[in-house]
Amino acid sequence: MSADELAQAITVARALEETGRLVPGTAAPDADALVEGYRRLVSARRLNEQAGALVRQGRLAVYPSSRGQEACQVACASVLADDDWLFPTYRDTAAIAARGVDPVEVLSMLRGDWHCGYDPTVHKVAPQATPLATQLLHAVGVGHAARLKGEDTVVMALCGDGATSEGDFHEALNFAAVFAAPVVFFVQNNKYAISVPLARQSVAPSLAAKAIGYGMPGVRVDGNDLVVLEQVLAEAVGRARAGQGPTLVEADTYRMESHTNADDATRYRTDDEVAEWVGRDPVVRVKTYLTAVGALDEAREQRITAAAEEMAASVRAGLGTEAPVDPEELFAHVYGTPTPQLVEQRAALRIELDGEEA
Amino acid sequence: MSKMTMAQAINTALRDAMTADDSVVVFGEDVGALGGVFRVTDGLHRDFGESRCFDTPLAESGIVGVAVGMAMNGMRPVVEMQFDAFAYPAFEQITSHVAKLGNRTRGRLRVPVVIRIPYAGGIGGVEHHCDSSEAYYAHTPGLTVVAPATNADAYGLLRAAIEHPDPVIFLEPKKHYFAKEDVDLASPVLPIGRAVVRRPGRDATLIAYGPSVPVALGAAAQAATEGRDLGVVDLRTIVPFDDDTVCAEVRRTGRAVVIAEAPGFASVASEIAARLGERCFHHLEAPVRRVTGFDVPYPAPKLEHHFLPGVDRILDAVDTLQWPDSREVTA
Repeated sequence: MSADELAQAITVARALEETGRLVPGTAAPDADALVEGYRRLVSARRLNEQAGALVRQGRLAVYPSSRGQEACQVACASVLADDDWLFPTYRDTAAIAARGVDPVEVLSMLRGDWHCGYDPTVHKVAPQATPLATQLLHAVGVGHAARLKGEDTVVMALCGDGATSEGDFHEALNFAAVFAAPVVFFVQNNKYAISVPLARQSVAPSLAAKAIGYGMPGVRVDGNDLVVLEQVLAEAVGRARAGQGPTLVEADTYRMESHTNADDATRYRTDDEVAEWVGRDPVVRVKTYLTAVGALDEAREQRITAAAEEMAASVRAGLGTEAPVDPEELFAHVYGTPTPQLVEQRAALRIELDGEEA
Repeated sequence: MSKMTMAQAINTALRDAMTADDSVVVFGEDVGALGGVFRVTDGLHRDFGESRCFDTPLAESGIVGVAVGMAMNGMRPVVEMQFDAFAYPAFEQITSHVAKLGNRTRGRLRVPVVIRIPYAGGIGGVEHHCDSSEAYYAHTPGLTVVAPATNADAYGLLRAAIEHPDPVIFLEPKKHYFAKEDVDLASPVLPIGRAVVRRPGRDATLIAYGPSVPVALGAAAQAATEGRDLGVVDLRTIVPFDDDTVCAEVRRTGRAVVIAEAPGFASVASEIAARLGERCFHHLEAPVRRVTGFDVPYPAPKLEHHFLPGVDRILDAVDTLQWPDSREVTA
């Protein structure tokens, strides 16, 4: 490992300053591509707001918001090809939507319809993982199987800073490195695991620095900078696709809202700390840059806002009503063919339901 | 028909499955060049290559979690947990993902993973090498739990497990790995979920699985010399449970003893006794008895013979089944 490799795992890489100016010496990003990125950021922000509103209206049971992390959400999806896989967590609804899954399907889980609302095989998006870091191993398995089959699939595996303390995080990174699996581990370090701050998860120089122990590259980036995120993640995807193995990317970002609506972040962090991150907003940063370079005029901005509003309206319409659930479906998917015991239990429930209806 | 050990029968099943289906891959700790600590995977790495049979880092959760992902991507992984109690680090992967992924995704992602676990005692093993862990798995909806008792069944049931669309916990009674028996490799792949009557009997029914089946058969043979005709049912599969076969036998005899090595409290044996109570009550001449391990951690080698169900303990239980003119149940 060279000094440069160590440095890139510890120093935060950035392309756009918090002020929206390009970091001196950075090549200007393609303006049209960045406008498209901005459109996705606005959509992700709007989705976070809409989902939060649906919780307050009692339409969703809970929503873990990624407000403040929208650049991460957009970037991790935009660097993938159609045949690649995304392994999200419960906080990555916006990333799943950015991948192309209808947010109504994603959020129907939080309405309580079923444990996963979308078909993972359509957009190659695994079910949102709740047990921390467990999905990282599945990502390695999908990648390793692809490699054995001679396919150039890449897997993007998401987790947060809290998950890096879990045993499965270690096992996944180690397996991936040993088998040179085509996986990008993307840690959104949003500084809190519910209430527990980063300092209680790790005293390593950075989370990306953990990569060094596994023998893979680690890169630390500004997680509120869409431009650098897309560059670094695209490079990691390229390495994986070329058979050069996994990369650990740590995004330095911040969870602007509470863990979920059931949490109260004022009990464990200060308003001043939050305010500091308001100034680093990932959406505003790109907007400022694009406006300054003349790539975003009012008409374009209006079209982007209108599209986000249209998406939000569709989410409201899709989740504003109760979807029917089928009690007999309880037994339908436990096994490919229900066991005799489940057939009996289904019949018993049917009798119970018929009795209620009579 | 050829004579082979259970380890050889399982090896042959793996070999035949790998030959029949390119998506079958075998991995775990020491399963490569060494051929497994019990030599169950002997020669597979040599004959099928590194992409089909490979060693992994020493991490059970990792092995099972990676198997889940490989299954999501079209493979049929067969993984080995080196010993029963070594599988516990994988417990979260097994209960939260292996068992639930199909249900979570409404059947869109099935996980045809086989988790082979050398299990149970009787080998004088040090601690963590002899657990009977079947209740954990049997209690988890979504898992199919298979426990062969004979070498022929080990072959036929493993072939079935690998072809099965759902995840299977495959419990191999390690005490029998090196005992030779006749195995008919031309026999069909056995159905999962069907028990077999190993020995018909008129007077009472012994119900067992895995390593307890030979013990039950020994007890039945001993009882026959004393004038009692005991039948033996071998479950073969714990989940799905074959109520039909078990209940038919017990209704015929009216007396039953369930035998298993695992501690009896909240066990598979308890479940069977409860089911018989619910389903066969009016045919029963006596309460269903259980002969199981004590509710203690698996003992040190010098004490394990006190712990394991043996012929005498089974026959003592049979004696309490309220025979005409016999003593009352004392348990």
